[in-house]
Amino acid sequence: MKMQNELINEGKGGNQRQTVPKQRKASDFAIRSNRLPEFAIDRDYEKCIKCEVCIRQCAFNVHYNDVEDDLIRHRAEDCVGCQRCAVLCPTNALTVKVNPAQYRAHGSWSSEHVKDINRQAETGGVLLTGSGNDKQAPVYWDKILINASQVTNPSIDPLREPMELRTFIGSRADKIEVKDGKLVTKVPPQVCVETPILFSAISYGAISYNTQKALAEAAVELGTLFNTGEGGLHPDFYRYKNNVIVQVASGRFGVHPEYLNAARMVEIKIGQGAKPGIGGHLVGEKVSEDVSITRMIPVGTDAISPAPQHDIYSIEDLRMLIFAIKETTNYRVPVSVKIAAVHNAPAIASGIVRAGADVVVIDGFRGGTGAAPKVIRDNVGLPIELALAAVDERLRREGIRNRVAVIAGGGIRSSSDVVKAIALGADAVYIGTAALIACGCTLCQKCYTGKCNWGIATQDPYLSKRVNPDIARRRLVNLVNGWSHEIKEMLGGMGINSIESLRGNRSQLRGIDLTSEELAVLGIKPAGV
Amino acid sequence: MRNLDAVNNPYGEDKVISACAIFGMMDVSGECFSGSQILEAMENMQERGNGLGAGFAVYGIYPENPEEYAFHIMFTSVSGRSETEEFLNLRCFVERSEEIPTRTLGRKDEPVVYRYFVSPKQKFDSAVDEDDYIAAIALQINSEIPDAFVFSSGKNMGVFKGVGFPGDIYQFFALENYAGYIWIAHSRFPTNTQAWWGGAHPFCMLDWAVVHNGELSSYGANRAYLETEGYKCTLFTDTEVMAYAIDLLMRRHGLSPELFADVVAAPLWIEIDRMNDNDRALHIALRSTYGGLLMNGPFAIVVANRNMMMALTDRIRLRPLTCGTKGNKVFFSSEEASIRLVAPELDNVWTPMGGVPVISRLGELPTPESSTLRDFECCAEVPR
Repeated sequence: MKMQNELINEGKGGNQRQTVPKQRKASDFAIRSNRLPEFAIDRDYEKCIKCEVCIRQCAFNVHYNDVEDDLIRHRAEDCVGCQRCAVLCPTNALTVKVNPAQYRAHGSWSSEHVKDINRQAETGGVLLTGSGNDKQAPVYWDKILINASQVTNPSIDPLREPMELRTFIGSRADKIEVKDGKLVTKVPPQVCVETPILFSAISYGAISYNTQKALAEAAVELGTLFNTGEGGLHPDFYRYKNNVIVQVASGRFGVHPEYLNAARMVEIKIGQGAKPGIGGHLVGEKVSEDVSITRMIPVGTDAISPAPQHDIYSIEDLRMLIFAIKETTNYRVPVSVKIAAVHNAPAIASGIVRAGADVVVIDGFRGGTGAAPKVIRDNVGLPIELALAAVDERLRREGIRNRVAVIAGGGIRSSSDVVKAIALGADAVYIGTAALIACGCTLCQKCYTGKCNWGIATQDPYLSKRVNPDIARRRLVNLVNGWSHEIKEMLGGMGINSIESLRGNRSQLRGIDLTSEELAVLGIKPAGV
Repeated sequence: MRNLDAVNNPYGEDKVISACAIFGMMDVSGECFSGSQILEAMENMQERGNGLGAGFAVYGIYPENPEEYAFHIMFTSVSGRSETEEFLNLRCFVERSEEIPTRTLGRKDEPVVYRYFVSPKQKFDSAVDEDDYIAAIALQINSEIPDAFVFSSGKNMGVFKGVGFPGDIYQFFALENYAGYIWIAHSRFPTNTQAWWGGAHPFCMLDWAVVHNGELSSYGANRAYLETEGYKCTLFTDTEVMAYAIDLLMRRHGLSPELFADVVAAPLWIEIDRMNDNDRALHIALRSTYGGLLMNGPFAIVVANRNMMMALTDRIRLRPLTCGTKGNKVFFSSEEASIRLVAPELDNVWTPMGGVPVISRLGELPTPESSTLRDFECCAEVPR
């Protein structure tokens, strides 16, 4: 599938890039590594017309024109498997596949272990990666089944009957008082979204201007929210202020009163599902002129987010920050606190509610990242399903669940994941990776290099113009509308015509292939009972 | 009644499903009348029940003890009774107690039924606090004392219910001897449960009684909300969550019956968007605050307290309900035929819209006009 915009960009921008040496000989490359290439590239020379699209499209310089032999060749060991060249090759001459050649199979030492050891033996550093945990940890969504009505209560046809997804995010009043038909209670600030799907925090800096613009405009069109992440809000994007969540994270990049007051909701980021317990690092190469303005740091300097927020070493410190933000915004907007799903998430969530937060965000360990140490991404944290169920249960038992909204993120892949998350107790969900896939991401996990061939996780103008914000906006809107339609179908099947009747409705769920302990944490029954 | 779960929900279902006939009759002048017409109407809806549960709630039956809470308690053992009485004497002044006169139906599972007229030993500043105290006592007996179950706890009213068709229960409790100004009645068609006397309708919390026909698809969400508010759902029936929602919203939070309907059968967002500023702010507040109490899925209910009787269906009206009036009498029924049987010539008869409450108050007859359309002032433009 070739998108029109990309072909246009290819045609217009193809020759402008200075950094790619167009003609190289095989002998230009020194042997650097004794690793087996991760990917193998088949080039069908009968189909190749030497158009050099692959050369121009690859920021990792995999393809090159061998002038001596007058052939396009490649170095597979540099390939990241993003499939950009294969997708844009006009004659389909390229096939990029996982290298069939592997080290001798070993039950204990997987190819991945061998490769990682080699990489570290070469570099001596922390292995970095992007996107979310790609390990085979159980995805509980796939082990949960949804109910439907038969006979005793009718299912509802969403094409013929009203079906409501509107959701309010924020604190709730304890009770409503009415006098002479008028509302007396002062209701805490809430944000209304037309579907319980919000775009997760992804900073400008981690992603390109065009990609964040597409997210913002899609949020406006859908009546939902996007999230600045910790990168500040670009001056151009203040026009989307009715649909923006601004983040206050440990680096405090781009945080100032105007920024806080532009928002519909302010989010204090304590942790991120992909890298609980550690900070962030935006390399200086990605801090362009524009990113520098937005983040309020000098061009080309590394943007380092510390692991903790250095004014929050305890729950009472968090309370002070929450109320500092509420004071600054004159109590007009809800304040959310986002934590990574960790073992004691329920107790922390309870503390967050008691500290005065209006929204609790739980981010599971399959959530994405622009850059994280691989060992952290793959080993620290919890699946969102378990953390969400445990947090909801704890807040209910303490009698404080009805006060706040809970947003779940980190590994929401489909509309059925959304339905299951809400039935487990979420008010709404965040999607990040799914949104980027809609913009073109193929999960090559190389976001941290800044060389995203799809133009998403990069600040290189040659690459970032590959995302046409109008087309990306349309694709995002299509995705969320498609999911919303599917959610309505599932609700109708359950005999429910409004999303709030699904919230915490765990009796609509059953588990398959789960232990009794897992079922107990999820608070659902096994299938068949 | 310890182990309510095991008694009422032997298969461990998420919730106990049943369908039903419901009927309510009120004299808005407050004049008491016998239950013969109610029984006749219920027997005409025999097909809607299967003999596994029926019951009646009657208001105005204890004029001699109007200020004491009348506890109706069923016992299935002698120790259950002695333990309950010991507990009641500890917490309350028992003004009067007696065995409720019954006739045997010749069945093994018939309980012994007593009534106690009690008032709290503590003094309270507000009526809500006093009611909370009494409600807690009833719930404590039900959850802690074996073989005892409080099924009625209001003032000058009583619930009579059990396993059987309405005629059996009428017979068992000798209801021909009672007269009240509000009667609500129920006949049950459970699909998946053994019959248990305490599991029949009406459900009663203090003054409030409810009969219910339906199955709430939102049960899990409603239950989660109510348990967070401190209620303990032990019976696994939709009606139980309905009863607790009534208690929370109308008794404890003081919402009017109209606003109660606006929560459990909330107007659609497209309707709310068109309201004037006042109503819109109110309804947004109601839905965003009490969203967990929106009752989704089919239901029709008749709710009563000492001042009024209300009928309501879910907002897309998936269960039947007909209303009628004749003179001072108001009738709510699952079927019009049953109303016509006892009052062939009606002044008014109508089918209310889904989600629109029909409220019959003392001294105030409901009319079709007051309950066919939601009375919302509309804006010319949708303000978005």
